[in-house]
Amino acid sequence: MAVDYEIHDHDVLIIGAGGAGLRAAIQASNAGASVGVVTKSLLGKAHTVMAEGGMAASLGNVDPADNWKVHFADTMRSGKMINNWRMVELFAKDAPNQVYQLERWGALFDRTPEGKIMQRPFGAHTYRRLAHVGDRTGLELIRTLEDRSIHTGATVYMECIVTRLLKDGDHIAGAFGYFRDDGRFVLFRAKAIILASGGWGRMYKVTSNSWECTGDGVAMAYEAGAELRDTEMVQFHPTGMVWPPGVRGILVTEGVRGEGGLLKNSLGERFMEKYDPKKMELSSRDVVARSIYREVQEGRGSPHGGAFLDISYKPADFIRTKLPSMYEQFKVLADIDITKEPMQVAPTVHYAMGGVDVDGDTAATTVPGLYAAGEVASGLHGANRLGGNSLSDLVVFGTIAGQCAADHARGIASFPGIDDAQIRDEQEILLRPFESGGGENPYLIHQDLQDIMADHAGISRTGPGLEEGLAKLAALRERACRISIKGSRIFNPAWSMARDDLFMLTVAEAVIRAALARTESRGAHWRLDYPELDPEQGKVNYMVCKADGCMEVHAAPIPPMPPELQEVIEETS
Amino acid sequence: MPDETITFRVWRGDPSGGQEVEYRVPAVTGMVVLDAMHYIQAYLDGDLAVRWNCKAAKCGSCSAEINGFPKLMCKTRIDGLPADAPIHVHPMRSFPVIRDLVTDVSWNYRVNKEIAPFTPAEDDGEPWIMYQEDVQRLYEPRKCIECFLCQNTCHVLRNHDDFAGYYGPRYMVRYQYLAMHPKDILDRREALKQKAGIGYCNITKCCQEVCPEHIHITDNAIIPLKERVADEYYDPIRWAIRKLTGGERKPEESTTGPGIVETPK
Repeated sequence: MAVDYEIHDHDVLIIGAGGAGLRAAIQASNAGASVGVVTKSLLGKAHTVMAEGGMAASLGNVDPADNWKVHFADTMRSGKMINNWRMVELFAKDAPNQVYQLERWGALFDRTPEGKIMQRPFGAHTYRRLAHVGDRTGLELIRTLEDRSIHTGATVYMECIVTRLLKDGDHIAGAFGYFRDDGRFVLFRAKAIILASGGWGRMYKVTSNSWECTGDGVAMAYEAGAELRDTEMVQFHPTGMVWPPGVRGILVTEGVRGEGGLLKNSLGERFMEKYDPKKMELSSRDVVARSIYREVQEGRGSPHGGAFLDISYKPADFIRTKLPSMYEQFKVLADIDITKEPMQVAPTVHYAMGGVDVDGDTAATTVPGLYAAGEVASGLHGANRLGGNSLSDLVVFGTIAGQCAADHARGIASFPGIDDAQIRDEQEILLRPFESGGGENPYLIHQDLQDIMADHAGISRTGPGLEEGLAKLAALRERACRISIKGSRIFNPAWSMARDDLFMLTVAEAVIRAALARTESRGAHWRLDYPELDPEQGKVNYMVCKADGCMEVHAAPIPPMPPELQEVIEETS
Repeated sequence: MPDETITFRVWRGDPSGGQEVEYRVPAVTGMVVLDAMHYIQAYLDGDLAVRWNCKAAKCGSCSAEINGFPKLMCKTRIDGLPADAPIHVHPMRSFPVIRDLVTDVSWNYRVNKEIAPFTPAEDDGEPWIMYQEDVQRLYEPRKCIECFLCQNTCHVLRNHDDFAGYYGPRYMVRYQYLAMHPKDILDRREALKQKAGIGYCNITKCCQEVCPEHIHITDNAIIPLKERVADEYYDPIRWAIRKLTGGERKPEESTTGPGIVETPK
């Protein structure tokens, strides 16, 4: 017998309330669906809030030559051509509409002297393209969507954690989880589910990601039979804080370089001259991150093991207007006045290009009724994400997912059935740590996982190192079965950590297995034992799925690009 | 600071009551209070309830009362607190405790839902032309990270418990944005006077002292909004003109519709 749980029914259930989830909620509600939104946190706190630099869209307001084709080509090239080209096409075409839509919902953007939306330069974007408001564009986006979505009729379940997707045969049927405030169990029955649950950066120690980014959605989709793709592609943002220790990894926006910040080594050299003399500091993130890493490895790092990032040569007022939260962050947390002295920065885990494989036109995963949008999904960014493409990703594909999930739900007459065994099984997993005498500490399991990923699947990788990491993961998974926690189910962080450990272990395995499969260096994936790009592997994505209870990786050929998109690439080269 | 330990007295309990529990945490250079709470979770008491998300002062989740002052735990450096005394960490006092440092702040989200959303004219063309000076004036209310420290500090809510009468400073800041935005067409004054209860504020400025985003809540949100309300309702000439000409803008209407933002039980 399953332990008691309450039941809520929605046509469309959305898991996650960041930019993608809230945009999907608005779209699905407007399409007439009854919508539930589940968020692990309070509304408005999702990781989207931390996006700083801006939202890429080819408005052409400051560089009139910009258009969707150039944005398309920039995104494909930066992704080293393993992107889902259909997603990139839809994205580049729709992003400007989405910016204007957000403005009509109350979002604020900085302006040009003529009163149009201002756009700032960012790494590897051909033109100045990022709509922004100072350096807190993510806050603007999430607040706008929050204030809008609460008036659409959607029900938001705050501080509710979903831990299992449920199926009726092949079709998605619901989700199971619990409320944090009192630990009561909850079953959501749904005709369609949208995963909008973000990435998995917390499996690394040095990360810009917030507590929520534990790969729940990717792991749950995998368990439900969905295919994952490109999981080897983990973005290291070039500039995270390095000192003091407690703030290591906190993001320093690319906007600092966009506004003129210079990278220097301990000899005072602008070392990007060596690595990308054309784009310099505004090269793509994979290139800049590797360059900083190399400078430090070769003994030319800053005192705390990073590079110097200097914008202090610009007027202090300019810095405080354009980068207000960076100014505050360094002043309060690091005793550094960025208008007077350089910052020290080093790469920090920032974003997962990989995730759940989706169809570009519908955001549908390989599981009927299951959709995915935002960082949890994969395909748009290929082997490396361009700065600013993530915020527009959220709204473009949040919209598509919301619409298509609502349309799908409309075609289903009654709620799918859910057998009690799936629920009992999940309850057993959830309650085990309270009953287990195994003695393993969920927080320390997490720390050990972070060490494994840093040591074996970090910015540089080798075959033997990855193999060793895989073996360590298997041993850690054994230990994770023996997690014990004390206390009750009422707002118990150890309880959520215990389940998060399992999610992250699954996703970590997917990262390492795909990284082993890709025997080349491409974008964010840097194999010291295969340092070159392999044209043959540029024709495939590595897919991860569950087969007979085991994790399996296979190469899937990338469908040929239609001639009109080929032409776009050629004419912009 | 290496080799030192720091003593914390952390309030632990639930709605039925609680008390301070003492923990000793190793000092690390530059550490913040939230680092210490994480240390306690990992090594001393795994079930210590703490709400946090970004640990970078951008999300406003980790609000608490540190040595009696409302602060974000992620932004409060240990080396800025008195070194010779234990550090007291308590939950926000104005909201009901769920457990330990976590309080039930869902009331705020219900208030937000009562405020009509940003409403532009339907036919004012696109894309909009707005000027940087107008945008820059709106920076301040838009910086709010909804940490609710101002709500926690506001004496109307904290001391008089008048959650039914006053929306609190956070939502005055929200109204400031809506009222000052050149494209919003609703007249927010009646709503401010009636349902939002702006008259309850008597300008003690406590809220702006605790704002981690340094928003001048009283000076730039509440006082100008009070002036707009006073002009509308208490200036006899304006009153007469309005009676003769009719109002220019459509008033904000109540917006409680279907859908909820909470953890319904």
